[in-house]
Amino acid sequence: MTWFQKWRRGEGAQGLFLISPTLAFTLLLLAVPLVLVVALSFWTQDYLTLHRTFTMDNYKTAWSEPMYQYLMGRSLKISMMVTAMTVLLAYPVAYFISFYVPPKRKAMWIFLITIPFWTSYLMRIFLWKVILGYNGVVNGSLMGLGLIEEPLSFILYNQNAVVLTLAHAWVPFAILPIFVALERVDRSLIEAAEDLGDSKLRRFFRVTLPLSMPGVIAATIIVFIPTIGDYVTPRLVGGPNGLMIANMIELQFKKANNAPLGAALAISAMAIVTCVALIFIWMNKKYIRGAK
Amino acid sequence: MTQPIIQLKGFDKFFGDFAALSQVDLDIKTGEFFSLLGPSGCGKTTLLRSIAGFETPSAGSLYIDGKTMEGVPANKRPTNMVFQSYAIFPHMSVAENVAYGLKARRLPKAEITTRVAEAIAMVGLEGFGGRASHALSGGQRQRVALARALVLKPRVLLLDEPLSALDKKLREQMQSELRRLQRAVGITFVLVTHDQEEALTMSDRIAVMFDGKIAQVATPQALYGQPCSRRVANFIGMMNFLDAKILSTSGDTVEVDVQSLGKLSLSLSQATGGIEGCNSAGVRPEMLTILTGSQTAEREIEAVVSEVFYYGDMTYYDVRLPFKEEPITITMRNTAGRTVLAVGENARVGWSASSLLLLR
Repeated sequence: MTWFQKWRRGEGAQGLFLISPTLAFTLLLLAVPLVLVVALSFWTQDYLTLHRTFTMDNYKTAWSEPMYQYLMGRSLKISMMVTAMTVLLAYPVAYFISFYVPPKRKAMWIFLITIPFWTSYLMRIFLWKVILGYNGVVNGSLMGLGLIEEPLSFILYNQNAVVLTLAHAWVPFAILPIFVALERVDRSLIEAAEDLGDSKLRRFFRVTLPLSMPGVIAATIIVFIPTIGDYVTPRLVGGPNGLMIANMIELQFKKANNAPLGAALAISAMAIVTCVALIFIWMNKKYIRGAK
Repeated sequence: MTQPIIQLKGFDKFFGDFAALSQVDLDIKTGEFFSLLGPSGCGKTTLLRSIAGFETPSAGSLYIDGKTMEGVPANKRPTNMVFQSYAIFPHMSVAENVAYGLKARRLPKAEITTRVAEAIAMVGLEGFGGRASHALSGGQRQRVALARALVLKPRVLLLDEPLSALDKKLREQMQSELRRLQRAVGITFVLVTHDQEEALTMSDRIAVMFDGKIAQVATPQALYGQPCSRRVANFIGMMNFLDAKILSTSGDTVEVDVQSLGKLSLSLSQATGGIEGCNSAGVRPEMLTILTGSQTAEREIEAVVSEVFYYGDMTYYDVRLPFKEEPITITMRNTAGRTVLAVGENARVGWSASSLLLLR
């Protein structure tokens, strides 16, 4: 038997066969474009022609130009606010479902939480515009009640609107991991904490919360990574002050005709996200090691 | 007589329509090792959890140390619990687990450190303080759970089947250790168990429970020697039952007609649960003897060996008596020179009227 026949019958080959469609898909549509973007970021563009001589100029611009630094900072800030808001909103919901909903209704509650996904994201953004707009639901109601004289302008086309819209969109994704973590908290541990003298609030902070941290961290990663690169939401509800780094990357690739700089910005953003994600994963590891 | 540490009066607990506890009246004395014994589903754990404060009664009242526990949550009660699963906090070390309740009481740091060290030493876990709790064996987790509860010096320590998860050898070792610990600290222990042997060897007094009701409360010896009903007798050790019919009672004597054994006159005190409704006579297997050679007994009856179980030190015989369908069991110590009978052999069974009990 040749080594090839041997290999073909082994578990390795079977595994490779099973993942090959996904692998081909990933290689073609993710790895190859990524390599191209990395390559592009070291080149230069002059109107429509690309100069393929290696240069670090794009990165120098991306990291030193105040505007890019500022946009990067703003993107980080917005996505951190979205993450914090999402997790803070999601935790009580997950806690309620895990601790107060009768076991046989839990599946239904989780199902209900996925209902927002039945409408397209674009549709939901436009609905937020209707709600927050100059003549929208919020302003209309407040004026109707006589609480304000003229429409509030700080609720749409700024960073607050971006945070609000993104948080609303991502809450379901945060509820699920937190719910799963809370379900895994042994209820007798909470009883033990009560037995040992802790009040309801104290036993939440000393037992329930630490033991559900893996879920909280998972939720944080799930929300933080995609939102930092979001570009539809700031574009539609962010106004001029709500634009994020992804909007700048789009601008470089299209109107500014500087694809290499766009690529360098994209790779830089990716590097920053990777660093933040690694910190969270490291924190998660610490908690998982403790809770076994 | 000092007042009981725990007192239950007319205690009821319903889960929907199901009565987990009904009309429980119970006094547990200060400093005693008390066991709640019964088959699974008899309500013993519900009773323990009610004392701890995790279940609220549907009716009736509970007093601990003379104070009513109505509306007092578990975290304000002078009781601590060792859970069946031990409920060791997985995100904390051994010492942090033991310190948990002391921190909840916001004691000064120095006091916490010394008391934790004392408690860890008391359960024999010196040097394990810094150990992560997931790196402990079953027996060690049990000790941590004990230390965590005892460090708070509760009036009552509640133990919910604490030994059921351990293997036989470790269980026996922990039984004697628990007993030693209870004597040393002088705290009232209330133990829930379904293992009658465990209850007999460890307790000062035992409450036997069936179907949410307390069937009998007695010392281990009284429970084994004078069970108040067939059900209790059957649950605590082995007992042979023969149909019995009360013929007459006069003063202290009862005339009975017992299956296979004939008409007898017994003392009224042998009806340990009261004479009313008695319809069977019970006798423990070790109260019967199989006579050999020239041995004689107060009374004798002919029987046929139907099954032999040889255990080395003991032999368990199933023998068939005349006029009785089911065989009865006799246990014999295999002393020197004693031959083990074979199936089908005839046996002379020696018995005495005083070892019979009249039961309902």
